[in-house]
Amino acid sequence: MKKHKFALLTMFAALSLIAAACAGEDTPKGGDGTAPPGKDLCGADEFGCVEIAEGDPIQIGTLLVISGENASLGQDSQNGAVLAMDFRDTPGEIAGHPVEFNHQDDGCSAEGGQAGATALAAEPQIVAVIGTSCSSAALGVADTILSDAGIVIISPSNTGPALTDPATHQPFYLRTAHNDSIQGAAVANFAFNEAGWQTASTIHDGSPYADGLQQVFADTFSGLGGTIARQEAVQVGDTDFKPLLTDLAADQIDGLYYPIFVAEGGLITAQARTVGGLSDTDLAGSDGMFTPDWIEAAGADNAEGVYISGPDLTALADPEFYENEFLPAYQEAFGEEPQSVFHAHSFDAMNLIADAIESVGFDDGGTFKIPRTALKDALFSVTDSPGIVGNFTCNENGDCLPCATMSVHQVAGGDFGDPIYTEELCLEG
Amino acid sequence: MAEQTAEREAPPPPPSAPRRRRLALPERIPVRGTILVILSIAIVLGVVIGTASTLRTGRFTGANWIDLVINGVARGSVYALIAMGYTLVYGILFMINFAHGEVFMAGAFTALFAAFALEEHGVLNSNPILSIGILFLVSMVTSMTVALLLERVAYRPLRGAPRLVPLITAIGASLFLQYTFRGLYSAQARAYPRINIMEGSWTMFGAAVARAQVVVILGALALMIGLYLFIARTRTGRSMRAVGEDKEIASLMGINVDRTIVTTFAIGGLLAGAAGILYVFLFNQVIFTMGFFAGIKAFTAAVLGGIGSIAGAAIGGVLLGVFEAVGPILFLTGAGIDSPNQLQPVVAFGILVLVLIFRPGGILGAPEEKRA
Repeated sequence: MKKHKFALLTMFAALSLIAAACAGEDTPKGGDGTAPPGKDLCGADEFGCVEIAEGDPIQIGTLLVISGENASLGQDSQNGAVLAMDFRDTPGEIAGHPVEFNHQDDGCSAEGGQAGATALAAEPQIVAVIGTSCSSAALGVADTILSDAGIVIISPSNTGPALTDPATHQPFYLRTAHNDSIQGAAVANFAFNEAGWQTASTIHDGSPYADGLQQVFADTFSGLGGTIARQEAVQVGDTDFKPLLTDLAADQIDGLYYPIFVAEGGLITAQARTVGGLSDTDLAGSDGMFTPDWIEAAGADNAEGVYISGPDLTALADPEFYENEFLPAYQEAFGEEPQSVFHAHSFDAMNLIADAIESVGFDDGGTFKIPRTALKDALFSVTDSPGIVGNFTCNENGDCLPCATMSVHQVAGGDFGDPIYTEELCLEG
Repeated sequence: MAEQTAEREAPPPPPSAPRRRRLALPERIPVRGTILVILSIAIVLGVVIGTASTLRTGRFTGANWIDLVINGVARGSVYALIAMGYTLVYGILFMINFAHGEVFMAGAFTALFAAFALEEHGVLNSNPILSIGILFLVSMVTSMTVALLLERVAYRPLRGAPRLVPLITAIGASLFLQYTFRGLYSAQARAYPRINIMEGSWTMFGAAVARAQVVVILGALALMIGLYLFIARTRTGRSMRAVGEDKEIASLMGINVDRTIVTTFAIGGLLAGAAGILYVFLFNQVIFTMGFFAGIKAFTAAVLGGIGSIAGAAIGGVLLGVFEAVGPILFLTGAGIDSPNQLQPVVAFGILVLVLIFRPGGILGAPEEKRA
């Protein structure tokens, strides 16, 4: 009997709680004529506003690869974003609110991107996301999930062309990284004009990044008059590439371009050295392998002489700031030098977001409100905004770096060294 | 055998029917057998035509083929050594130890730190034979320890349980071990320091053969011959075979069944540890997931050769390695298929299916294998 009564009581309590919760949700949306102007802005915004009470933090998500063999790639970007907050006019704050990061892992895979983006989309207080590291984690996964939730996502290192292709671009997706239609073309120009390749083959690993990049390379290279012998593919997780390399060597190619990632890139580099027919063939990779982890995976003597392309960090828009302030601060904050090449892009991405929040956010009776669609629109209308890596102008497809200087390095003595070739290219149209 | 089954499936003539009634044509043809024969003829034809046209292109020299075959034999030897663990355990417990790939990974990954320490003190290249010995020791002891713990914690308590139970436990143990080692040693792919005497190559049969491959093939061969002699000639080996025949009778004959099973796991672990170092000679890289694929391949090798048979596992491993290395290029290039090397698993597992259709027990397995 007593038990019965108690059950009824709890049920009532639960019901009233639900009712209260529903009512609470209703009030701000039911806009009546007497509401302050801010309320209209929020009501008019398709995705509403993020509301931050006085003293509460503004939450920014990151969705970068921070585990697994490519972790140095994402950790580097994550540090860049965190560091950006130290350099704001009021360090660590946006519009008087402290910034709190919610770090997620993109796993450098579609599955990782889906899990991380879903977790971030479920947090109502996330204002914007910096990510992803790998194009595979964004394309059709994180870019879609976050766009559907009205959360703006800006990537410091996705370079896959498909992400900003009008056919596949998602409305809330932007990037500060270069588009690979720039990088692939620069590598092809270098290979044909400087390295003297006449015939080349490519290897990709099925990821949108590698596939897109090698395709741009192949198109540009054949356009220049070179011959593409084969465009091969490997599986992530494979370890024995000798049959493939023997097969490719039969074409007597001048160069082999494999813009993939650390583990397979390292193995291919090491095994290519044991294939007789490839002893006179140049090897080249791109920014997915632009980390000391790849040199370690390949072995320094195997990596010797390999060409690696990436964004040119010696031709920055603001090299003095980078050398004299950014790098020392990075070293001090994280106890190491940047391990990869997208920390500055991430720094710039965080600043674009912070500036946009300050421009569209408004105070409404002590509560700071950020309308989501307006925030996105502010980012898409960024024009000629100076950053470390360049002047950002976001186009309607989310490419914010219209022109980029790409560089090619040649590994020497276990180190990437200074670039041996640089070229500035701009997106078409 | 397939034909027999098909005949059995044909309906018996109704009792009222006149005797010796001739079966209608469709009934006389064993349908399943026919399909299998047509299928295999098609596959064999495809393989032969593909091979012929590949060879006719002259894209590859004889040295290329030798190189590919040796490459396949080398990786196949590693599969074969790991496969010993599967086949030994299956031989006496009739269970598939799916965590065996992780036993292999544990040794190779742990020995990495021994290699770093040796390199730091300059011993690795000043005293390479000793160093390699130490690496083998560390790897084999680690793998054996993991295998014994696995047996004691995950399998022994379930020995009387239905077959499915230890199988699921094995999969659980496999994941547990993978992520334990990820936690212990990080998720990065780690490269072994170079051992200079393993670099370079020798010229054999007109092709340059990497030293590492020769060492791997000879090392694996020696270990497998050693294992074969151990099982065939020693007292412990005899008791292992006896336990495999019948546990109860063996224990009545005075054989300590528990100890024999522990010995079996220990030997499987030691061989997996050795395979770990041989794998490192070939690929120079370790990562916590490496045991999974290696385990699947080794298990396939064991089944291909006839699970429970040591010679079978050896043959299965080498065949699988060679088919993987040579198959896609040889069969598919001529057929005009792009990126044939991506289809390695298709070729390798296609061969497996083909062999199992005609010899369900595997190449050296008994035709009527004890049902798992």
